[in-house]
Amino acid sequence: MSTPRFGLAVAGIVAFAATPATAYTVYVSNEKGNSLTVIDSKTLEVQATIPVGQRPRGIMMTKDGKQVLICASDDDTVQILDVASREIVGDLPSGPDPEQLNIHPSGSPVYVANEDDALMTAIDLKDKKVVAEVPVGVEPEGVGVSPDGKILIATSETSNMAHFIDTETYELTDNVLVGSRPRFAEFTSDGTQLWVSSEVAGTVSVIDVKTRKIIKTIGFEIPGVQPEQIQPVGVRITKDGTRAFVALGPANRVAVIDAKTLEVEKYLLVGQRVWQLAFTPDDKLLFVTNGNSNDVSVIDVPSLTVVKSIAVGDAPWGVTISPN
Amino acid sequence: MQSRQPREPLRPASIFSWLCQALALALLLAVQRPAFALDESKPGVTEPASSGDVVTVPIGYLEQEVKRPLPISRLNIPPDDLGVAGAELALKDNNTTGRFTKQQFTLDVERVPVGDDAVAALEKLVESGHHFILVDAPAKTLLDLADAAKGKDVLLLNVSAPDVSLRQEDCRANVLHVAPDRAMLADALAQYLVWKKWTRWFVVKGVFPEDLDYLAAVERAAKRFGGKIVEEREYKGTLESRRSDSGEQQIQQQMPTLTQGAPDYDVLIVADENEAFGPYLPYRSWDPRPVAGTAGLKAMSWHPAHEQWGATQMQNRFQRFAKRFMLPLDYQAWIAVRAIGEGVTRTGSADLDPVNAYIRSDKFDLAAFKGQKVTFRTWDGQLRQPIIIAGPDLPVSMSPQEGFLHEHAEVDTLGIDEPETKCKLK
Repeated sequence: MSTPRFGLAVAGIVAFAATPATAYTVYVSNEKGNSLTVIDSKTLEVQATIPVGQRPRGIMMTKDGKQVLICASDDDTVQILDVASREIVGDLPSGPDPEQLNIHPSGSPVYVANEDDALMTAIDLKDKKVVAEVPVGVEPEGVGVSPDGKILIATSETSNMAHFIDTETYELTDNVLVGSRPRFAEFTSDGTQLWVSSEVAGTVSVIDVKTRKIIKTIGFEIPGVQPEQIQPVGVRITKDGTRAFVALGPANRVAVIDAKTLEVEKYLLVGQRVWQLAFTPDDKLLFVTNGNSNDVSVIDVPSLTVVKSIAVGDAPWGVTISPN
Repeated sequence: MQSRQPREPLRPASIFSWLCQALALALLLAVQRPAFALDESKPGVTEPASSGDVVTVPIGYLEQEVKRPLPISRLNIPPDDLGVAGAELALKDNNTTGRFTKQQFTLDVERVPVGDDAVAALEKLVESGHHFILVDAPAKTLLDLADAAKGKDVLLLNVSAPDVSLRQEDCRANVLHVAPDRAMLADALAQYLVWKKWTRWFVVKGVFPEDLDYLAAVERAAKRFGGKIVEEREYKGTLESRRSDSGEQQIQQQMPTLTQGAPDYDVLIVADENEAFGPYLPYRSWDPRPVAGTAGLKAMSWHPAHEQWGATQMQNRFQRFAKRFMLPLDYQAWIAVRAIGEGVTRTGSADLDPVNAYIRSDKFDLAAFKGQKVTFRTWDGQLRQPIIIAGPDLPVSMSPQEGFLHEHAEVDTLGIDEPETKCKLK
């Protein structure tokens, strides 16, 4: 495991050095470490470790880049981290056991999936009040928002559905059955497609947003890896719509998919049990969290190489990156 | 007391864990917000489909009550709703999904008292339109039911009987087995012990037929995975007089004597499904050795402290629903009802044939909090699933263990694999 990764890292540094990079700030939640690790995207060095609430999982930068919202699952709250002071300055009434969240393109509301309650909760970020609760399927987890802010998606892990919710009326408009244990929902930047990963089925469903029909179910095959080890979780698609990256969990790989042909191009070997990923705003680097090897792999997007692995806290889970 | 399949492994077995349970439940009740999911009156909720469009799927649950001795530990007295509570929670899950798919599921429980006719209860369920019936009954009753249901539009789902014979020479085409059989359980435990390099096993066995069935599974597992049984010794005690004042002093003398003078060994394996003596062995053996098998470290489909792969949510939901811990039979019944739910949701049909075909096909996969999908084996209708290895308070591992390879799926290293099946489904 460590040998090939190290080899890739050495090869990749050259490519990386040639890429001019703006310094963004990367935040990684450490599920067991009860902390966030702060990484500089230019130096790829850890800048700080910030203690936060218990069992931090899903995290997301606010649209203004001033705060990081943290699902502190075992504290049953969403914490607000002030980026400048690096201190927790408040929390949101998320309901029990928040796991993933997303934010409306306008900056508010914040959408949180409550797994225990089969609910999606929408919370106004300014006055920190619940504005809507939408009953969805059993164990909602993934939260997606369309680029125009009109559609909210919840994926329910036991009902195996992507629920389409109108963000103005909070009405459920459609429920699309996908593979088992859907974990993550991501729109393409043009809003025409919704990609949903199914961890137990080992697939990614690409849904046409207009017709709400599945265009393709993408499967994965990796020589030498047992099929049941392939468990897709995080999905990210480049803004230009050319490539998608899917974290494959205990397969320890990130799949690279041609987002036009929907064919798998390549598998990148990363750390152990890779779950979530985030691009830098320029789409040049992709940071992925490896929960069982306690590190973050950095992928150079143009060259599709893993350029570095950075040791972080215990059991890294979520990752979010500053807008500038 | 009516007890249901107590050969199902194991409940948390320390005073401490019970205190924790009481505390946890108190906290759950006190701290958690009232569940306000599923409140149809809330604004923004999609109206459920009008009742005319809704397909109704009645599910039956047939429980043959069995006379069994009280467990040695009062912590392990089976709850009255054991199994049924798991089925009810899955029903709730199916119906939450069904709101979106215009399918509604019901559960009708038939409890057959000791000595009463299970076949009559089955016929009652069949006549009232149940195509899918969970069965919690001993092997012989299950076979009677399967034969009575032959030629009818009925699928039976065995949620409790662990007998290997039901998956081998006595297999039936109209039965799916959700409960793991003894072979799966023994293989799962053996893999863990071999992975630990604890390969020399001293077996103490009871005198009941179930004990010998369990022992046969252990012997098979030893051969398959490289364990060595250094001696098999019989405990001749009966099931009576298990609780008496000052009885523990006697046991403190008896158990060392029982286990004295064994050849060198690593693990004391107990084959005592009725708990005539097994739970007395940990900490009382002549040699200081871990105890495994039907007591001590055990193999099971579910443990109330299992929290991997999203199981925390399942445990929370179950505890909130049933006001107690989730036990293996609850989990098995949950899977059975969820499997029916998946079949109905995915096929869009409430009829037996398409749903049965779907559940048995390679398209079926169920997320069951084990880190991989669970599916049914085509050759004998057995659910393939990873098996938890656990002590009283915590899971220790999950089998299959790394390094036990299989041509197709590592989870098929547990139990009867296709090449060795004696089952001819008919």
